[in-house]
Amino acid sequence: MSVHVIFEPTKCQGYANCLIEAPEIWDFDEENNRAVLRLTEPDDALRSKAEASARCCPAQAIRLEERTP
Amino acid sequence: MKRIVVVGGSLAGVNALEEIRARGFDGDLVLVGSEPHLPYTRPPLSKEALADGIDPEQLALRAPDWYAEQGVTLRLGHAASGLDTRDRVVVLDDGTTLAYDGLVIATGSSQRRPAMTAGISTAMDLRGVDDAARLHASFRNGGHLVVVGAGFIGMEAAATARRRGLDVTVVDIAPYPMSRALGPEVGRWFLRRHEDHGVRVLCSTGVAGLEEAGHRTRVRLTDGRTLVADALLVAVGAEAATSWLSGSGVAVGDGVLCEPTLATSVPGVVAAGDVARWTNGTSGESMRVEHWTNAVEQGRHAAATLLGERRPFTSVPFFWTDQYDAKLRCVGRPTSEDDVEILTDNDTTLVAVYGRRGLLSGAVCVNAPRQLATLRRAIAEGTPVPDVVGSGLVAP
Repeated sequence: MSVHVIFEPTKCQGYANCLIEAPEIWDFDEENNRAVLRLTEPDDALRSKAEASARCCPAQAIRLEERTP
Repeated sequence: MKRIVVVGGSLAGVNALEEIRARGFDGDLVLVGSEPHLPYTRPPLSKEALADGIDPEQLALRAPDWYAEQGVTLRLGHAASGLDTRDRVVVLDDGTTLAYDGLVIATGSSQRRPAMTAGISTAMDLRGVDDAARLHASFRNGGHLVVVGAGFIGMEAAATARRRGLDVTVVDIAPYPMSRALGPEVGRWFLRRHEDHGVRVLCSTGVAGLEEAGHRTRVRLTDGRTLVADALLVAVGAEAATSWLSGSGVAVGDGVLCEPTLATSVPGVVAAGDVARWTNGTSGESMRVEHWTNAVEQGRHAAATLLGERRPFTSVPFFWTDQYDAKLRCVGRPTSEDDVEILTDNDTTLVAVYGRRGLLSGAVCVNAPRQLATLRRAIAEGTPVPDVVGSGLVAP
């Protein structure tokens, strides 16, 4: 099982909470006021940070999916 | 445990529900909320929803059918008015009772109302969705909005109203906007932004009295002036909603007094969100945090504790405020006693770091989210201030 980060940029409102929670996974485009997903398949060491970034998005633009490779 | 009752139908409560089910609890799960609405998110109430009107679908914390899917029984529209921890019963304000085996206290905070607002029907609050709808409606005819209180909610509402074309005056006894929380340096930066947008900010000024005059309100100031408000918002902060716990045996004192695990003084009862006071192991400070992500994380943590985990809740608190194009993000717990160093200060960007006993204790970044992410880690790691200031760690 590996975790996949699903990001819907059209829902993003530019809070940047994801970047604060998990700078290893996210970046931020200040020109367009949008989060940028850098790592769609973070390894297991980053799993809890990926989860935090999903639940701390007030715009509910992020969710995680478990996938078997 | 056969039945868990969550009291408080907002962010901490919803996250507690979700975690309780995620951990496999399959008994009865009941959500008690004082408002008739399904749980909604509050940050837009002083911004988008205040500017454009309320869209319940946009504000919903979970889709309406989520509650049935999770097997959650909703008891909305009635506040909890009492608690009997000996017989494990919650009393609602319509006189009905709810038995529980496990209880999550997530009643949040309630609007503080100065005595002078008693009997003034024109004075508006901004706490819930109904408050936001009323204030939004009052903007329709334009005119003059007076905001009493230059805290986060008051300044966000002022910015929104100004963008809607109203004349706006903000009154506060403090020397700068938001300076109680963030100190004068950050307050001065925001004062300038608001004045540039045409908001009149009367700081170091108190309100001596309020008088209704038809649908208007006369606001008498301590300096002798009188403002005439077409709309009046009173936003002087909030206090922990604990009055329903009096006599219950749950220890209270500016919030519900919690163990580091968020367990309360009574077995089978935990607390989360604005209402919970606990000692944060990150800094060793006793605190109560009235912010969004804290409610998310504590709701989940308290649920885990209720189901038998014994981990302390530790965090580096985080919050934000958006006013015009200024997006402020704050990490840590800066206080006005901390040493402040300004690393960047121009018309669009501000970076301020706070130090206590030589260690980085907090940071405020306006329009600088990357720097904030770096500084949050530095706070969690107990970094000395000189390692941050002038080190290039947060180069703009």
